Amino acid sequence: MDFWDYAIIAVRVILAFAIPLVAVIFLVWGERKINADMTNRIGPDRAGPWGILQTVADGLKLFFKEQVTPRKVEFIMYAAAPVIALVPAFMTFLIIPWGQGFTFEIGGKVREFAFVGADLNVGVLFFLAMSSVAVYAVILAGWSSGSKYPLLGGVRGTAQAISYEAAMGLAIVAVVLFASTTSSEGGTLSLVELVERQRGTWDEVVALPGGLAWFENVLGLIPRWNILPQFIAFVIFMIAAVAETNRAPFDLVEAEQELVGGFHTEYSGFRFAMFFLAEYTNMFNMSAMAVVLFFGGWDGPTFERWLPGFFVTMLPLFWFLLKTAVVLFVYIWIRATWPRLRYDQLMTLGWKRLIPAALVWLIASTIVVSIRQFGWPWA
Amino acid sequence: MVELVLFVILGAVAIFGALSVVFAKNPVYGAMGLMMTLFSLAVFYVMHLAHLVAAVQIIVYAGAVMTLFLFVIMLIGVDRDEDTSEKLPMQRQLVAGLGLVVVLIAGVAVVGGRFDWVRPATSTIEVNGTVQEAGLALFTDWILPFEATSLLLIIAAAGAIALAYYGPRRRDREDA
Repeated sequence: MDFWDYAIIAVRVILAFAIPLVAVIFLVWGERKINADMTNRIGPDRAGPWGILQTVADGLKLFFKEQVTPRKVEFIMYAAAPVIALVPAFMTFLIIPWGQGFTFEIGGKVREFAFVGADLNVGVLFFLAMSSVAVYAVILAGWSSGSKYPLLGGVRGTAQAISYEAAMGLAIVAVVLFASTTSSEGGTLSLVELVERQRGTWDEVVALPGGLAWFENVLGLIPRWNILPQFIAFVIFMIAAVAETNRAPFDLVEAEQELVGGFHTEYSGFRFAMFFLAEYTNMFNMSAMAVVLFFGGWDGPTFERWLPGFFVTMLPLFWFLLKTAVVLFVYIWIRATWPRLRYDQLMTLGWKRLIPAALVWLIASTIVVSIRQFGWPWA
Repeated sequence: MVELVLFVILGAVAIFGALSVVFAKNPVYGAMGLMMTLFSLAVFYVMHLAHLVAAVQIIVYAGAVMTLFLFVIMLIGVDRDEDTSEKLPMQRQLVAGLGLVVVLIAGVAVVGGRFDWVRPATSTIEVNGTVQEAGLALFTDWILPFEATSLLLIIAAAGAIALAYYGPRRRDREDA
């Protein structure tokens, strides 16, 4: 470890913070624009071309606004809650691989620049840990505000997060289980490795009996992304992801008609901006995670023969951001079109539909995986 | 060097958190103090290359158990003060005496030299095998205790539901 190694790590970490930050600026604008289109409005169109600078303007406004602190708040927790919201949101993206990386020579040594903040051996678990820590911001904000509506929002947020975390975890387990059969090295929880295993096409892993051999040509055209064998896990993951990020139709935590603003009713100025930023960063993280788990991460056509070297290196980043943007569009689409669930419907969906479905799917995956691994029980 | 700095800072945080669990007037601050201790311990686990244990520590304790604690604290009402009057006669003197005994025993053990500090492991540990190693150990050597524990947890969960749901007063309950 010399100076250049530390410099590379520093640049990677800064990038891992900068990418979600910049993405959120466009995400907030994009959400308002898409929402406007879907409800036949114009949306922001004053700040910059197509209103693209609207988020920056809003951010600056919130930054300079007075922070109103109600008299009945528990101040330490009240001030800590927005920070607690922001930290796990930005920590999550640290482990998500956003490109293939490249090697270059500097300081007399060939070094690798990996396009990921940190390749953790327990990446999937780290993601689950961070998403379960994020709920503390909602609880503490709701409790410390010293007011009724935020407290109700906080209690709802806790119950919702606990309910949907289980379904999300089970869906991810099915994916990890499946990924363990696609390599000779066995299972892995590293997100970098999970993406690596989705490269290539299906004919490399599926061995078909004689009569169906022609079908392998078709399989040779389909990328080996997990979405195909794990589609049900993807649906469960996506529903749970929308619920975990407290977005419509699961936004009972901040249901405007019932709870004013829910847990952030008593927040204003920059503290409110931090909650806002955390919510959208979480959305981006969840979408990035869906891409990593189901859509092959940064995998995509490389065009090595036609493009100059720099673009070949940057193309995976482009594919990754493009896929994430598509998932985010679905997020916004859901928000624009689905009415909010009632509280009992939320709990019924979480405990009586999603978790049993995830369990059944997990068992089905286990059976397929063990047949692939050990053969038919009678053979 | 980095490890020492981290250890001193996080050790202080862990102790502060543990003390605030005991001394905080408000149960929510106590719960958050416990959170701080749990997080510091998770970082210690990472420093000892036990990544799996660290992740599980945060998911299970910080993510699930403490969330439930906070949930319960909020549901039973956070505004009421706890009853802190002492019910046992001579409670303080008893505790002070017992504490003194513990300190004395510890002192004798240290001075008597029958106590050896845990030395850092000299062999190198394969970092990339942590989850795999733990999984392998759990599902080969420890499969019976593992399955017995899972059975125990299921029985406990079913029992809790049965107690809450089919108690004598709620026999007529048909909804939900």
